Order: sequence, then structure tokens, then C-alpha cells
Amino acid sequence: MSITRDEVAHLARLSRLALSEDELSHFAGQLDVIISAVARVQEVAAEGIPPMTHAVPVVNVFRDDVELPCLPQQAVLSQAPAAEQGRFRVPRILAED
Amino acid sequence: MAPNGTPDGLIGLTAAQIAAAVAAGEVSAVEVATAHLDRVAAVDPQVHAFLHVAAEQALAAARAVDERRAAGEPLGPLAGVPLALKDVFTTTDMPTTCGSRILEGWRPPYDATITRRLREAGVVLLGKTNMDEFAMGSSTENSAFGPSRNPWDLGRVPGGSSGGSSAAVTAYEAPLAIGTDTGGSIRQPGAVCGIVGSKPTYGGNSRYGLIAFASSLDTPGPLARTVLDAALLHEVISGHDPCDSTSVDAPVPPVVAAARQADVAGLRVGVVSELSGDGYQPGVLARFGEAVELLESLGAKVVEVSCPHFTYALPAYYLIAPSECSSNLARFDAMRYGLRVGDDGTRSAEEVMALTREAGFGAEVKRRIMLGTYALSSGYYDAYYGKAQQVRTLICRDFDAAFEQVDVLVSPTTPTTAFRIGERADDPMAMYLADLCTIPSDLAGNAALSVPCGLAPEDGLPVGLQVMAPVLGDDRMYRVGAAVEAALQERWGGPLLARAPALTGAAPGGPAAGGPAADGGNGR
Amino acid sequence: MTATLVSYDEAVARYEPVLGLETHVELGTRTKMFCGCPTVFGAEPNSAVCPVCLGLPGSLPVASRAAIEYTIRIGLALNCSIAEWCRFARKNYFYPDMPKDFQISQYDEPLCTDGWLDVTVDGQTVRVGIERVHLEEDTGKSLHVGGATGRIHGADYSLVDYNRAGIPLVEVVTKPVPGTGALAPEVARAYVTELRELLRALGVSDVRMEEGSLRCDVNTSIAPAGSPWGTRTETKNVNSLRSVERAVRFEIQRQAAVLDSGGRIVQETRHFQEDSGSTTSGRSKEEAQDYRYFPEPDLVPVAPSREWVEELRAALPELPAARRARLQAGWGLSDLDMAALRNAGALDLVEQTVAAGAAPADARKWWLGELARRANTDGTELAALPVTPAQVARVAALVTEGTLNDKLARQVLALVLAGEGEPDQIVAARGLAVVSDDGALAAAVDEAIAANPDVAAKIRDGKVAAAGALVGAVMKATRGQADAGRARELILERLG
Repeated sequence: MSITRDEVAHLARLSRLALSEDELSHFAGQLDVIISAVARVQEVAAEGIPPMTHAVPVVNVFRDDVELPCLPQQAVLSQAPAAEQGRFRVPRILAED
Repeated sequence: MAPNGTPDGLIGLTAAQIAAAVAAGEVSAVEVATAHLDRVAAVDPQVHAFLHVAAEQALAAARAVDERRAAGEPLGPLAGVPLALKDVFTTTDMPTTCGSRILEGWRPPYDATITRRLREAGVVLLGKTNMDEFAMGSSTENSAFGPSRNPWDLGRVPGGSSGGSSAAVTAYEAPLAIGTDTGGSIRQPGAVCGIVGSKPTYGGNSRYGLIAFASSLDTPGPLARTVLDAALLHEVISGHDPCDSTSVDAPVPPVVAAARQADVAGLRVGVVSELSGDGYQPGVLARFGEAVELLESLGAKVVEVSCPHFTYALPAYYLIAPSECSSNLARFDAMRYGLRVGDDGTRSAEEVMALTREAGFGAEVKRRIMLGTYALSSGYYDAYYGKAQQVRTLICRDFDAAFEQVDVLVSPTTPTTAFRIGERADDPMAMYLADLCTIPSDLAGNAALSVPCGLAPEDGLPVGLQVMAPVLGDDRMYRVGAAVEAALQERWGGPLLARAPALTGAAPGGPAAGGPAADGGNGR
Repeated sequence: MTATLVSYDEAVARYEPVLGLETHVELGTRTKMFCGCPTVFGAEPNSAVCPVCLGLPGSLPVASRAAIEYTIRIGLALNCSIAEWCRFARKNYFYPDMPKDFQISQYDEPLCTDGWLDVTVDGQTVRVGIERVHLEEDTGKSLHVGGATGRIHGADYSLVDYNRAGIPLVEVVTKPVPGTGALAPEVARAYVTELRELLRALGVSDVRMEEGSLRCDVNTSIAPAGSPWGTRTETKNVNSLRSVERAVRFEIQRQAAVLDSGGRIVQETRHFQEDSGSTTSGRSKEEAQDYRYFPEPDLVPVAPSREWVEELRAALPELPAARRARLQAGWGLSDLDMAALRNAGALDLVEQTVAAGAAPADARKWWLGELARRANTDGTELAALPVTPAQVARVAALVTEGTLNDKLARQVLALVLAGEGEPDQIVAARGLAVVSDDGALAAAVDEAIAANPDVAAKIRDGKVAAAGALVGAVMKATRGQADAGRARELILERLG
């Protein structure tokens, strides 16, 4: 068993997914199989091998400190599920981060 | 179902032919667009390649091309050519959904760089194509809006995630389509539909406005019925974009010239030993073997090359891509755009986020988000994500060593031909195997292309030959692809697609109909 | 719930505090960290945003060269090493004011590491080690609607403005600072003061704590002397210099009370309450935060060449400590005088006044005397008074020339502050110059003698000291404009 149902429940909370009990059980089984399979990377002898995070080895790509046009406020808010006073209206926030 | 040959009229033309005819004034862009929109109306109810058809905008864009021509303005090499755009690119005049409920109806306030370049080139956007939700999948079955169907056999998948794009081109709904390739999502659908799918070098095409699945892997690229068409589209969309930090500031490789050169004499071709054997469909290996022999007969020098770490590409990919996706998809949180579920005035933002994501994402997306969250968690990072990144380096080194010996590498594009709709739907590991051969080039970022190399004898379905070229050596794969295409078409007496069954316009079978394989008249 | 406290003196007698400070600084670049939107304060909500800083699907960040340069300059000024190669990382957590639900930050590869900043408290210099200086993006701002307080707790819903999202934010993290004993709160304040002056001198930020362009988190732990360091708490929301000092003081007292009663300090986030000067516990999280940092795949690594770094080093301005040393020596001030100048916020003003021609002693006298009183009365900063260093220098010059005496000079300054114009104009318009011609004076002197026969008699009898009373009468009669010295001479002449 590479991952328990409780661990999957924890992952779901971290990922903000309100999984049903059935889903939880179903995913737990599948993730167990997948994690066992991907754990094969651990067989590779990779001592001293640098990790590769980017496909192309480019560095120092910057923009100049020059203003570009912003979006109109109307365009910004037009797709919002709820807006008020020029702002995005969101449900109450439980805690300061 | 009987083979239909190439359809008569404008829809049967290649992009190169259409562009030439429009430029010469032999046909108007509006006539071309109309013919394709009619075709979409006729066959898309069966194929379901499109999520959104933008007929009015397409006709307006076509009219603009005709007006520019009438005014004597110079036209680009693809002006007036219709195109099907994967619904992963932002478009200001069409919804952008990524095949997901969570973005249903979203109207982006900006165009992706690819979208903008297509418009500027006078390419006529017909609409947005279906895809696996957020590009996660190999069949389009993960689309929230129902699967697309393979025009060779409507009971089978058109591949994925760019399956709507491959189906549209295969069904002559558009001569060109744009897809994105993260683990094979252009090449695999290209292969199983019997068309050309090209994944350019990572960074050769802008990702700005491409809704990210896995940022370090996602690559936009063309799907077309000929290698030359793919190259023409490649040139139109490629080139440095200052809005994408990972975009390469280098000249676009001369891919069109290479496609026209179509010559492999003296070229060194490496057959990757690790990409064959157990788990490969015999008919796929047979067609692949013939293609290799063909290359040799055309004057290429073929050797076998070992890339030992390719066997770890699949597990490494299924750590890296989900990790990036778990972060990239966090923004779909119901606060600023898209779906919002459960906001009843009492629930907290946190609860509304979780309820919305639960309702708005499909099973595969949830699986990958959780898998990625797991792989990045403290305590697991080194063993999973960190290790996968090291494997990525080793795969890159395998490619580097191989390209010391040979100019291109070849393999089958996919281990099997198109599978039946529903066959692998809830078996993620089986589904993941579809990308076995394509993933190494995504991890290394080099260029790779799939070109049709025949039909598998056992099921009469298309097989793709994958040609892999070094980083920024994209021209080489077009050169090889075009040579193979020309030689095979000469042998077959026409394009492979001419052997696909005609679409009757009848309603499709059930999603998991799984009728007998279409092995009759469309065999060898 | 009110926390039990131990008196400060008792607390620091028994426990040794260790400090740590994390300071967030909004950079004053024209545009945001990863897009071309302007970094404006107080604009119409959601009007300074674009697909990138809104985190819209498909958008991609491109790093600002200016922000990288500002950060390197800060690192150099803090005596840090500048990384030869480093990456941005994603810090993943869900929060409505964070458009992508991750923050682009730096994790284990900050741009600048391992520096220091000296601060002086009570004549004692403390070297505060700098752990790291890194670059990240700011979040949006939420307005909490409904409920009783307008605060986050108890609100019905919130309204989010993303104008601030994506503004470049530099985080300066100190190493733990032990050994400050009872001075810990003042050292914390002095550190933030010094850092703020440094940032202002570098021109990289407007460092306005009240507008949130400089924000502080204060880590405090205590342990019995000689014991290993205690568990630290992190106090957030510390948004003024005074609050920094108060927060540390409060935490020392609170933690001492906990330890005294046999309790254990919980590693937690606490929030500073401006009104009470106390800290309160943040919500205890049911699960430990796991930010799942990983290298940002949408940005390429930053590899500042040594040439670039040296160019930036060479272009650094004179830093506050060096400048203070130079000015102090040049003006011949004691440490105490210098500290007084600095605490009054008069250093720049005095320097500019001296540059405009005043003697250092005069410049100091006016700014710390009359003008400081006035600022105090008005409840404003010295620098905010409507008088320029050049005007102060001119008033000082008029006194030196003899045109004005002290009393007149104060009047002139008051009129400058009242907006009546330049000192010379005021002197001319109001006829405020000192009267020293004998004709006008003589009449006033004769009148004073005639009006005070008793005093005159005393002076005639040799009690010269009594002349002061007659001088006073002359000054009064001339409304202060007489040259007091000359008046005395005339009085003594006549009664001698």
C-alpha cells in the first residue's frame, strides 16, 4: 500500500476538492496503483545528477520597466461570478493567511 | 463503410493548395470558409470535433482576406486557409473552456499569441476544438462535453488530448488544426487518425494564452494532412515572443524548405531500441519496420541506438506533469471567473472553492491534481518530484548521446492503434501507456513529428512513424517526414487518408459501441 | 482574553530574548514584478490590472529587470553575497487575494544572502545579521463587508481589489539576534529605522509603513540566560516603528508569564493589535501549512553576471551610516547631539540648510528649537512644515548680518509658515528690521529715562546693572526692533 485513504483525504483537502466518500475510496485505489508505478523513478541511479526544471537552458529573460495598457475595469469584472463596488465579491474569508 | 478517396471540392484540398488558389484569385477565402463550415455542419454531429463553431467570425475573417487581396496587399502563405483551434488557447471572440465545466462559457479578455499570429496571417479560425479536460488524457474522453470520434471508426477515440483537432483535420472539416503536446497530445492523435502531428522544440512556439497543464512541457504545434502543410503552419505560428520567458530567441528552423527538400540520402537515422517490444501491437511494429526499411531504401543510414533511461520517461512524466498541473490549476477557485458552486451566503470562500472544484473538474483532473500535490509535499518532494527531474536530465543526456551518432531518431508514435471509446476510460495506467513513445521528447524539449506509415493489418487503423530531431533541429523531422510521405504515397497511389471510410452523416453509435473493428475494405 | 504579563524589568532580568525580523518592502519600480501594469496606490479598484497580474488562465510572467536590480542593490547595501544563479519558486496556497493561488517567490535560492546591518542603541552598536533578501510578488487587498467590526472575523463577505497584486515585494530576513537583553525592543525598532533609511537612500521604495509599502513581521523568543534559545512566535501586522518596539516588549512580557507559570511557548503566528499594544494568537491551523514549493517553470533562472553586480555596486549612493559619520564630523557634533538630530528627523533638513549657507549650529538651533516646537504643536513631521531649508538658512543669515534679532527672526519664520512669502519680503513688508540708527533710538532712550526716574537715579549712582530695565522699556517701545546693545550704550552714555 503506497498511499492510504486518509492520506488521499488529506491531499483532497490540500487541493480544495470536496470529494465524496465514494470518490475518495475510488481514487485511493487508483492513486495507490499510480504511485507504485511512478515510484519506479527511485530505481534510477541519479547520484549527483542535476535536476532539470526547464526544457531550454536560457537565463536572464527580463522586461524593461515600461508601462503597458491595463484592462478596462469592466472587462476585468465582466466574467466574475459576483462583483460589487468595482471589486470581486467573494464569500467570507475564514482567516488571515 | 467504404473508402471514399479524397473528397471532391475545396474541402479535399491541402492548405498549400488553398492558399495558392486564394492568392491567385481562383477561389475566394469566403468560398473556402463556407465549404468548410458546410462540412462541419454535415459531419460534426457524428465526429464532435468542435466545442464551438464561429461561423460569423470565420466568414468575416475570410472576407477581410479577400478584401486585402482585392486591394493588392501581400498575403501570407496561409491566408484564407481555415483552421480548427484547440480550445486551450484564449480567444476574445469565442469561449475558451479547456474542455472543462469549470470554465464553461468563459470569454477571455485577451488573445493568445498563437491566436493573434494566426489572425495576423489571415488564417481563418473556424472554431474551437474538443480536448481532454485541461489537456489531460489520450482520447478526448475526459472532455466534460463528450468525446470526439475517430473518423476511421466512430466507435474509436481520435487520440488526445488534441483529439478534436485531429478529428477535424481527418474528417476534412479543416485542412489545418492547432494542438498542444505535453506528453504526446499532438503526435498521438495525429498517429491514430492517420495525419501529420508535429511537436516543435519547446520554446519555439509561444505559450502565452495557452492555458497551462504542465508549463515546462506544454508545446503548441500543427496538425495537418500533409507534412508540407504542417511545416507551413509551423512557420506561421513560431518565433520568439517576449510575453513568454521560456520562448527561444532564435530564428525559426527552415521547416518549410525542409519539407520541400524531402530527401534523406546520407542522413543517419537511429532506431531507439527501448521503444519497441512487449506491449506493442504487432501491426504497429510491422508498419514501423517497413518504414525503417523504406528509409534505408531512400538512402538513409539506419543504426540501432540505445536510450536506456527512456524506460523511466513514463513514471518521470507522471510525476512532473501532475506536479505542475496541481499548481497551475489552483487558480480555478471560483473567485474571479468561471464556475462558482455553493455560494449561499453562509459558506466560506474555502468551502466554496472546494465545492466548485469538486463539481467543475472531472475525475482525471482530480487524480492528477492530487498526485501532483502528493509529489510536491514536503517529505515526498525529493523521492518523487526531485527524482523525476533528475531522470529528466538523464533522458536529455540519452538524447544528446544519440544525436552525436545520428541525425534523427525514429520509433512508432504509439504502441497501439486507436482504441475503442470506453475501453480505457477508468483505467488510468492503461490510458497512460498511449504516450509511452512520445513522452521522452516532451521531457527533453526536442522536436518530434508523427507521419502516417500505413494501416495495422489486424484492425485496419492508422499507424504513425515518430521522427525525433534535436532541440531547434525541427527542420530535420520535416525533411524525413516529407520523404517518407512521398515514398509511401507513391507506393499507395495516394494519401493514406483516402482509404478512410466515407462519413455518411448518420448519427454515431453509442459511446462504448465497440462494434467489430473496421477491418474490411480499408485494409492494405 | 487578556494575556497575563510579567513586568518588563522582571522579564528581562530572568530571560534572555532573541529577535528576528522579516521586513517586506514594496519596490518603487514604475511597473509590477511580472507585467507592465503601473504600481499605483489609491487608484480605482481593479483598474491597474492585466491578464498577468490577475493570473488569468494562459497568462505568463516576465520578470522586471528593474526589480532584480533594486533587489541586488539592497543586497549589496546590506553587505550580502549576490547569487550567481538562482530561481523563482512557487509557494502554493489557496487564498482569495492571490490571483493564481500560488505566489511567485524565492525559496532555497534567494538572490542575496548572508549580510549584516549595524544599528546603534544607547551608544551601543549591534550588528544584525541578514539571512537573505529575496524577491516576490505582492497580493491583492480585501475589504471585509458586514459583521460588527469590518474585520475579517465575522464579516459576511469580502471584496477584492487586485491593483496591488504583482507589485514587486522584497523580503529582508534577519538572522536571529541574541544578546540584546533589555534593549531588544529598541534594537528591533532601530533595525527597522536603519533599514528604512537605507532603502530610502537607495531610492528603491517610498518605505511608507502607514500605506503598507514597508511591513514587518517580528519573531521573538525568550529563554533563561545560558539556556538554549526558546520557541519563537511570529507577530504579523506590525506597521509602525513604535509598534515594532511595543510588539517585542509585549511578547517578552507575555512569554515570560507563560514560562513563569510552567507553560510552554507555542510556535505560532500572532497578530499585533495597534489599539491595545498586545498580540493575539492567529487561528491555529488544523493542518500544518505545506507550501509545496517548486521551481517556477514559467520563469527562467536569474544569473547576474559579476560585471553587472559590480556595476550596481559602483553606482550605490552614500549609505546612511557613512553619511551620518561624515556629517557628524563635519559639524563637530557629539554622538548625543547627532542622535537627537536623527530622532527628530532633522538630519536631511539641517544638511540642506547648511548647504544653503547656514552655520551648522544655527541650522540645528532653528530646526530643533523653534521649528520642532511648531511641528510638535501642529502634530506634524518637521519635513512636512511649509518652510524650506533655504528659507531657514536665509533667516539665519539675516540674524548674522544684524538685520534681525532672535525675536524678530522667530516672527519672520512664523510668517513664512503662515504663507506670507520669502523672509526678505516679509522683513520689507512688515518693517521688521532691527532699529539701530541713533536718531530713532535716542528718542526712545530719552523717553525711557524720563518715564523711569527711579531707575535712572540708580544708574547715576553707579548701579549699572539696573540699565537692563531701561533697555527693556526701550525694546518694548520699539516693538522689539531696537538693537538692544546700542540702546544700552546710549543709556549709559546719558546717565554716566
